[in-house]
Amino acid sequence: MTANTDTAPLLKATGLKQEFDVSKPLLNRLLERKPRQFLTAVDGVDFSVKPGETFALVGESGCGKSTIANMVVGLYKPTSGKIYFDSIDMSTIASHREEMKLRRRMSMIFQDPYASLNPRWRVTKIISEPIRAFGLLNEKQAILDRTAGLLRKVGLSARDGDKFPHEFSGGQRQRISIARALASEPEFIVCDEPTSALDVSVQAQILNLMSDLQRQFNLSYLFISHDLAVVRHMSDRVGVMYLGRLCETAQVDDLFNNPLHPYTRLLIDTIPDIEMTGRERTPVQGEIPNPMDPPKGCPFHPRCPLAEDHCRTTQPTLRSIGEGRSVACHAIA
Amino acid sequence: MNTPLLNVENLCIEFPTRRGTLVAVDDISFTINPGEIVGVVGESGAGKSLTGQSIIGLLEPPGRIAGGSIRLNDQRIDNLPENQMRKIRGKKIGMIFQDPLTSLNPLYTIGKQLIETIQTHTDMTVTQAREHAVNLLEEVGIPAAAKRIDHYPYQFSGGMRQRVVIALALCVNPLLIIADEPTTALDVSIQAQIITLLKKLCKDHGTAVILITHDMGVIAETADRVAVMYAGRLVEVGLVRQVVKQAAHPYAKGLMNAIPSLTKRVEKLTQIDGTMPGLKDIPNGCAFHPRCPDCMDICREKRPELTDIGPTQVACWSYHDCKH
Amino acid sequence: MSDLKNSTADIAKPNLFIDTLKRFFDSDIFYSFCHSPVTIIASLLTLLIFVSALGAPFIAPQNPFDMGSLDLMDSHIPPVWAEDGDSRFLLGTEDQGRDLFSTILYGSRISLLVGFSSVSFALILGVSLGLISGYLGGAIDAVIMRIAEVQISFPAILIALLVDGVLRTLIPEADVEQLAITVLIFSIGISGWVQYARTVRSSTMVEKNKEYVLAARVIGIRPVFIMLRHILPNVMGPVLVIGTIHLAVAIVTEATLSFLGVGVPVTQPSLGTLIRIGNDFLFSGEWWITIFPAITLAVLVLSVNLLGDWLRDALNPKLR
Repeated sequence: MTANTDTAPLLKATGLKQEFDVSKPLLNRLLERKPRQFLTAVDGVDFSVKPGETFALVGESGCGKSTIANMVVGLYKPTSGKIYFDSIDMSTIASHREEMKLRRRMSMIFQDPYASLNPRWRVTKIISEPIRAFGLLNEKQAILDRTAGLLRKVGLSARDGDKFPHEFSGGQRQRISIARALASEPEFIVCDEPTSALDVSVQAQILNLMSDLQRQFNLSYLFISHDLAVVRHMSDRVGVMYLGRLCETAQVDDLFNNPLHPYTRLLIDTIPDIEMTGRERTPVQGEIPNPMDPPKGCPFHPRCPLAEDHCRTTQPTLRSIGEGRSVACHAIA
Repeated sequence: MNTPLLNVENLCIEFPTRRGTLVAVDDISFTINPGEIVGVVGESGAGKSLTGQSIIGLLEPPGRIAGGSIRLNDQRIDNLPENQMRKIRGKKIGMIFQDPLTSLNPLYTIGKQLIETIQTHTDMTVTQAREHAVNLLEEVGIPAAAKRIDHYPYQFSGGMRQRVVIALALCVNPLLIIADEPTTALDVSIQAQIITLLKKLCKDHGTAVILITHDMGVIAETADRVAVMYAGRLVEVGLVRQVVKQAAHPYAKGLMNAIPSLTKRVEKLTQIDGTMPGLKDIPNGCAFHPRCPDCMDICREKRPELTDIGPTQVACWSYHDCKH
Repeated sequence: MSDLKNSTADIAKPNLFIDTLKRFFDSDIFYSFCHSPVTIIASLLTLLIFVSALGAPFIAPQNPFDMGSLDLMDSHIPPVWAEDGDSRFLLGTEDQGRDLFSTILYGSRISLLVGFSSVSFALILGVSLGLISGYLGGAIDAVIMRIAEVQISFPAILIALLVDGVLRTLIPEADVEQLAITVLIFSIGISGWVQYARTVRSSTMVEKNKEYVLAARVIGIRPVFIMLRHILPNVMGPVLVIGTIHLAVAIVTEATLSFLGVGVPVTQPSLGTLIRIGNDFLFSGEWWITIFPAITLAVLVLSVNLLGDWLRDALNPKLR
């Protein structure tokens, strides 16, 4: 599954930044004489996803991983930075036609199987929405045949198309969501925590299905998750995020066998694992800082065991240290 | 072992609906010894939270206990009137919920809530209660507890709030704490802190814990014994290490293998095909039989009882055969 | 992906219409309807008034709007069972000699027409503005909501009176009579849109962040289609409840305006007009002119209100 390192990336993001305006309404601002306030959710992130590869972004809530997912599929416009899909700069696309042409090639799988399907629509209508939106098929029977095929592909029966979402369990709904994501025959799928709302036995089914589909259609995944075990299982390369920045990217085995950044180490050490019954440990103390008011210097320094004076003042940049591996830490030479 | 702290026998919980009565928890029995941490694991809808709620008498109507008994120190508590149950709740059994926001009253300072709880169940004066509360907050790791005690819940972060909830549950030294998904709403690095804290405190205070969670990792690290639930029934009860490494019931086995591991990577995860049946279409015989790889004729007809197989208890026909 | 194009010919297609019907009769709403005697009685009463209002030309012995058929000699006749009753006039007559029973039938027709039309008008206006406000947010939202807040700080009846008065002065004298009902519908409608807009706005703000809406945005569906196809069906529940209760309010508002003499023209008396006319004769012992229309109005409004209450409870999963 490991992609050839020489191939051009399918998706490339450079200097990606997203600020959210969290100011109070205009009237309040004028009366209270407060300036506009911005929350930097993503701050200068670079990464790329090669064809057929799974690149995972992992981190705790509020680290900006979902914001990146939303920028990639066009739900948010990046404040600055560029996203290239198949070497085309997404921000330069002018016409709706061109945009739709590009959008057809990517799709998204969402976290919450209970909210990601319109409760008032029948499954066939849900799955065929992308087919109709991109004008891939026009004939009614052709669309029906196609959705039936998609349903079978994800392990449901063609008859399920006439049902409503509430008649399915969480895992089955996630299958419907995957069928919809496949409907436009995309090359690239953004998976935003696709299994975190599911029970473990169902999670295994969905992860296996996603791996099978990836092999079958040579899909590239941008896989967003907070669950390190799932990331370890699914991805080829991993980027670890903390407070809107990437602190380490590496091949999956390198990252888990030899984590370099102190935050990566903390994450790997603190995950409860079934292999570790009765383990005694001293968890790293401290909490995630408020993203409205991030610490100066390295954002991780208040919790970092290796922090020095230097870390409190200067922000480390993500530097390549060879073997496709980059770390943003002053302590790692 | 001497007498168990909690003895649940043949507990059944029903939900009457207009399409008939749904049996959400079907004839489960287990015991909890003093100071022991027992994990209850299962998929959503397996009945684990309902079991916890019925023990503490907080089962939400129309749900009702339809049969069986719950004994705390040999005293029946499942049929007590509400005013007596209220005395047991808090004093003898504490509860920690998934969302710390819902278990704290946003309008009162945490100090007021702690002191009120302490005074309801003991005869301490306000000063004594306050002192006790500060000590507790220090014990659960709240920095500057003497100052923080006068803060409101919204002034605490999620992890800190869950620490306050733990302090609130522990403040009158209950015999048993029911922790329903105590770490699910928290971030992974915070989750580890809370688990460690809960484990340490319960050891120090000698409190028994029923830890309800869908996260096998949390149970593996925290609990002494684990009970696996499926479709409202107990399928396996045993020592954590035993169940994690060598689960006996096919469902428990499948569940353990389905968890992706941090330490080794497999090409394909082991999966159990199908889904857990809804409450209204639980099959005859063993509830797991339609998904079971080793299904036999008897599994379709008769429900297996929980029986001792070595150190663990398993409800599966394939083990009954071995025994006879 | 060629293997996806397998034929579905082998699958017997169930009829989706029959399926929908089956789902309705199996639904919780239908169940709760069947188990609420009050609701059944209320809906039967509403239905009775509806049918008799719609069928007025076939049921009524007289057309009270036809001035030619009226005879002043027949005025002020008490109901049949009274001493001076006339067998032609079941509930007696009013001061112009109209048969009260017929007039009530025709009058409830006007009440219902005005009620339904003004509710539809308010509903369409309010829902559209609420959708736009909630989905687009920003300055548009601020403007719409400030207007709504200003309007809601006045009583609805005052707004209706005001709009009615202004429009009447703007319309040429000759057309006033002809346009009176349209004006009435517009004024009552405009006084009631705020509730719909506010409710729809808040539900829209919840729905628009749900992932099914994001999924539609990801494939480039245009905002107007997202609002109409995805969000609208999911925010209609509370709107129907408000609509039903508003229907009762609108009928009462129409009656009030007609009672005050600024509603429908006297040549086409509605229930409100009848009550006003009767009011003048109440103390001379001619109670029937006020009482019968008043009872009809009360029964209609009460039934519709009960239906609205039931609908609210049936659609609220927390109360079920």
